[in-house]
Amino acid sequence: MSFIKSKFRHPRLPVNDLGLTYRDYEGALSTLCAGCGHDSITSAIIQACHELSIQPSEVAKLSGIGCSSKAPNYFLNKSHGFNSVHGRMPSVATGANLANQELLYLAMSGDGDSASIGFGQFAHVVRRQLNMVYMVANNGVYGLTKGQLAATADKGVKNKAGELSLFTDIDLCVMALQLGASFVARSFSGDKQQLVPLIKAAMSHKGFAFIDIISPCVTFNNHVGSTRSYDYVHDHITTAAVVDFVPIKTEITSGYHSGESEDVCLHDGSIMRIQKLTDSYDSTNASQAIMEIEQQKQQGKILTGLFYLEPTASDFHEINNTNDTPLNKLTQDALCPGNRVLAGINDSFR
Amino acid sequence: MTKNTVNSDVPAQGKMQEKSPEKSPKKAPDNAIVNEFVVRFANTNGTGSASANNMFAKAILRMGIPVSAKNIFPSNIQGMPTWYEVRISEKNYLGRRGGKSEMLVAMNAQSINDDITSVKSGGYLLYDSSRTLFDSQIRADINYLGVPISNICLKEYSDPRQRQLFKNVVYVGALAALLSMDFTLLKGLVRDQFKGKEKLITPNIYALELGYQYANEHFICPLAIHVESRDLINKRILVDGNTAIGLGAVFGGATVTGWYPITPSTSVIEKFASYCQRLRIDPASGKKNYAIVQVEDELAAIGVAIGAGWNGARAFTATSGPGISLMTEFLGLAYFTEIPFVLINVQRAGPSTGMPTRTQQADIIACAYASHGDTKQILLFPDSPHECFELGAQAFDIADQLQTPVIIMSDLDLGMNDHLSEEFVWQDDKAFQKGKVLSAQQLDEVEVFGRYLDVDGDGICYRTLPGTHTEKGAYFNRGTSRNHFAGYTEKSADYVDNMDRLTKKFINAINYLPEPEIQKGKKSAQLGLIFFGTTSHPIMEAIEQLKEHGLSVDTLRIKAFPFHQSIEQFIEEYSFNNKQIFVIEQNRDAQMKSLLVNELQIDPNKLASILNFDGLPITSHFIVQAVLAQLTANQAQQKTG
Repeated sequence: MSFIKSKFRHPRLPVNDLGLTYRDYEGALSTLCAGCGHDSITSAIIQACHELSIQPSEVAKLSGIGCSSKAPNYFLNKSHGFNSVHGRMPSVATGANLANQELLYLAMSGDGDSASIGFGQFAHVVRRQLNMVYMVANNGVYGLTKGQLAATADKGVKNKAGELSLFTDIDLCVMALQLGASFVARSFSGDKQQLVPLIKAAMSHKGFAFIDIISPCVTFNNHVGSTRSYDYVHDHITTAAVVDFVPIKTEITSGYHSGESEDVCLHDGSIMRIQKLTDSYDSTNASQAIMEIEQQKQQGKILTGLFYLEPTASDFHEINNTNDTPLNKLTQDALCPGNRVLAGINDSFR
Repeated sequence: MTKNTVNSDVPAQGKMQEKSPEKSPKKAPDNAIVNEFVVRFANTNGTGSASANNMFAKAILRMGIPVSAKNIFPSNIQGMPTWYEVRISEKNYLGRRGGKSEMLVAMNAQSINDDITSVKSGGYLLYDSSRTLFDSQIRADINYLGVPISNICLKEYSDPRQRQLFKNVVYVGALAALLSMDFTLLKGLVRDQFKGKEKLITPNIYALELGYQYANEHFICPLAIHVESRDLINKRILVDGNTAIGLGAVFGGATVTGWYPITPSTSVIEKFASYCQRLRIDPASGKKNYAIVQVEDELAAIGVAIGAGWNGARAFTATSGPGISLMTEFLGLAYFTEIPFVLINVQRAGPSTGMPTRTQQADIIACAYASHGDTKQILLFPDSPHECFELGAQAFDIADQLQTPVIIMSDLDLGMNDHLSEEFVWQDDKAFQKGKVLSAQQLDEVEVFGRYLDVDGDGICYRTLPGTHTEKGAYFNRGTSRNHFAGYTEKSADYVDNMDRLTKKFINAINYLPEPEIQKGKKSAQLGLIFFGTTSHPIMEAIEQLKEHGLSVDTLRIKAFPFHQSIEQFIEEYSFNNKQIFVIEQNRDAQMKSLLVNELQIDPNKLASILNFDGLPITSHFIVQAVLAQLTANQAQQKTG
C-alpha cells in the first residue's frame, strides 16, 4: 500500500472531449489491501467515466458500509459522495434521485451491505426502478470485520478460519432479474475488457442498472477451497455475452465481428453491441437468464456478461410524472401556494 | 327480568322522558345548562359513526359555540367499541374536563353497561330502544331517551348498509331536536359534506328528519342541557393537527417524502399528498412538483428524507412509536453529517406496540438524544393545529439553517382529533430561509472550501450541493469522523474539535427556535406550571379551578428543545421564593423533567411532576386533583417535619 499520491502528471496524457485526463477522474489514495479486487473496479469506473467524457461534478457517488463502500472515495474526487449507513444506501440514493434526477447516480455496495443487512432495501430500490447504476463488489466475505462468511458465499465453502458456509447462497443477479431490474449483468474485477463496457452501458442506461462484480478478497477469501479466489474465478468463469459499448456520435468501427452480434440502441442514443457466447442467450428474456445462471452454477461455472437489458425501460420519475425541473431547483413561487389559497383552506374548516 | 320498551312500559326506576301533549316543547327548563356540557357517543367501529359524529360537532361550531372533539378508538378496523367525546364550552374550555358526561349516546351493546355508569347524575342517556334495556341498566338518577333507531331504519331503508349507516344520522337528528340545534344549519352541513355526491344529500337529510321528528314528537324539547347560538368562534377553525402539519409542509416547500404507514402519523402524509395533488401540479406541464414514495419500512423512509436533504430538496417523513426506534441510527447519521430534514413524530402510547391508538408524550428522551454516541436533536412542541401548520412550515427553515434534523413532537390527540384553533396564517413576503448553501459563483469567490470549516464561528458551516460547480465544493459525506475538509480522520484532536463545534451549533440553535410562552400575573403567583404540547388544552380550566381553591398560578409552555434561558430563569425565580413548580407531562417517567434537570443542571427537588399516562388526553380534573394532593402532602410533611 502506498502512502503518497504523486502530483506529477504526464504532460501528454490523453484528454477526452471535456479536455480531462484519466487522472482528473481519480479519487483519494486507496486504503484497501494491495491486490484488492475493489481497486480494479475503481480503475474500471475511472476509465469508463473518462472515456465517456462524463463531467465528474454531474455524478453523485453513493455507498453503504464495508470495504466496498469505501471505494467511492477512491474515484471521482470532483463528485459529491455519500457514505451512508450499513445496508441503507438504496434509500439514501432514492431520496437523492428524487431531489434531482439530472445527476448520474453511481452506487457501490458489497455483499454484506446488499445481500444481508440491506437485502430489503436492495429489493425495493430495484422495484422502484430508480435511475441509477448499482454495483456490488462481491467477494463472499466480510472484510472489515476480518473474514466472516457473507450470504453470497457458496453453500459448502469454507472461510479462511475453516468455518463452513451452511446455508443457501443468495444470487443478487437472480434477485434483480426477478424484481424487474431493466439492466442486469455480472462481471469480474479482473476482467476489465468485459467490465469497462458494462459500466459504460449501465451509465448510459435509463432505469435501474445492476452489476454484480466478483471481486476477490486477497486477505480473507483467496485461499484454496474458496469459490471467490482469483484462481477459482479464472478457472470457472464463463460468459453469456460479450458487450462492446459504442458511445453516441462515435463511428462504429470495432467490435466483435461475428454473425452472432446484435446492436441495441440505448436511451441516450449510444449503441451496445452484444455478442452472444452461449446458444441460449437472449438479452430480452429475464426468466431465461435466471435459468441459464442456475444451470451454469450447477455445472460449477460462474456465468458473467450481460444477462438482461430492457433498452426502453421507464424510471421512477416517469412513473411518478415528476416535473422535468429537478425538485431541488424549484423556487418558492412554484412550491408555496400563498395566502390567497390558504384563506380558502381556512374556510373549509369552518 | 322486566323488559322495558320505549313506547309502552315506563321503567320501574329511572326517568323515562316522555312528552305529555299539553307541554310546550319550546320552553326550556329552569335548571338549564346552556353551551357548557359534554356529549359522549358510544359506537362500534366500522359502522360509519365517525362522519355523523363529526357532523354533530361541526354543527355546534357553525352555531358559533366553541367545541372540541376527541375520538377514542381501538386498534382495530371493525367491531370494537369506540367513543367520540364532544365538549361544548362557551367558556372556551376545550381540553378534556374529566368526570362523567351530561349526555351519552349509547349505540354499542358491547359497552353499554360501562357507558351507563359514565353518565353524570341528572344526565341523559340516548339509546336505541328497538332493543329493551335490562333492569340492571336502569339508573334512578339519570334520564332515559329511547329512540327506536334500528326499527326506524329497518322500516325506512331496504339496503343493509344503509340501514346501518343511517342509524348514525337518525340519532344526530334526534340530538338536534333534544339539544335545540339549528336544524336548517345542520341540513346545510349535509349539503356541504356531500358536495360532489349529490345523490347522498336527500337520503341523509331524510334520516336527520326522521330522528328530529321522533324526538320532537316523543320528548320535551329542548332538554335542560341544550345549545344556543352564539358568536364566539371569530376566525377560529376546527381541524386536526396532522392535516395542519401536512399543509404546513406544502407551504414550507417540502418536495420529497418517503414514508411507511403507522398510526397515528399516517394522515400527515395522506393530507400532504392530497394537498399536493391540488396545489403542486406544474400548470405548464401538468407534472408533479413533488415526489412521495411509500417505502418498505421506516429505515427507508428516513433514508429517503436524508438523501433528498443532502441533495438540497426540502424533505420530511412522519412516524410514530416503533418507527422512531427504527429511525434512530439514521438520526445519528444526519446529526453527525449535518443534513437537514424534518421528522414528524405523532406520539402514541408505548413502549413497544403499546396502545397504538392512544395518546402519550413519551418519546421526549428517545428523540432528544436519538441515536448512539453523543447526539442531541432539535425538538419542536406544537400545541394546536395553528402551531402545527406554522411549525410544520417553519421547521424546514430551521433545519436548513441549522443543517440538522428537526423533530416535530406532536401526539395522537393533537394529530388525529379536531381542535378549535386559531386559523392558519401565512405571510407571502416571507422568503424560505435556505441557510448556508454556496452557489457556483460563491464557490468561485471562496479561496478555500472546507465542508466543516467554522468560518462564521457559530458552529454552522457552509455546505454545497452535488452538481453545483465543476471544480470546487465536492466532498465525501460520511458518518465516520472527519477533518474540516471532510477527509477521513481518526486523530483525536480533529474528532474533539468537530464534536465541540457540534455542541456550539446546538447551543446557538436557540436563536432559531420559538421562545417558550410564559404567562405571569402582576403579583408573584403561588404556583408555577410547566407543560408542553396538548397539555395546554385543559390548563386554562385547571387554572380557574385552582383559583377557586385560592391558588394563583403562573405558567410556562415549552415550545422547543434545546431550552431557552427564560426557562431556567422561570424555574430559578420560583425556587428562590421557595414556591412549588410542577412539570405536567403525559408519560410515566417524567421525561421532560429529566431533560430539564439534565440540560439546565437543576436540582431535581425543585420540580414536582404531574404525570398522566393512561393513554387518554390529560384532563383539567386530573391536573387540579394532582396539584391539590401534592400541596396537601407538602403541608403534612411540613407539620411533621
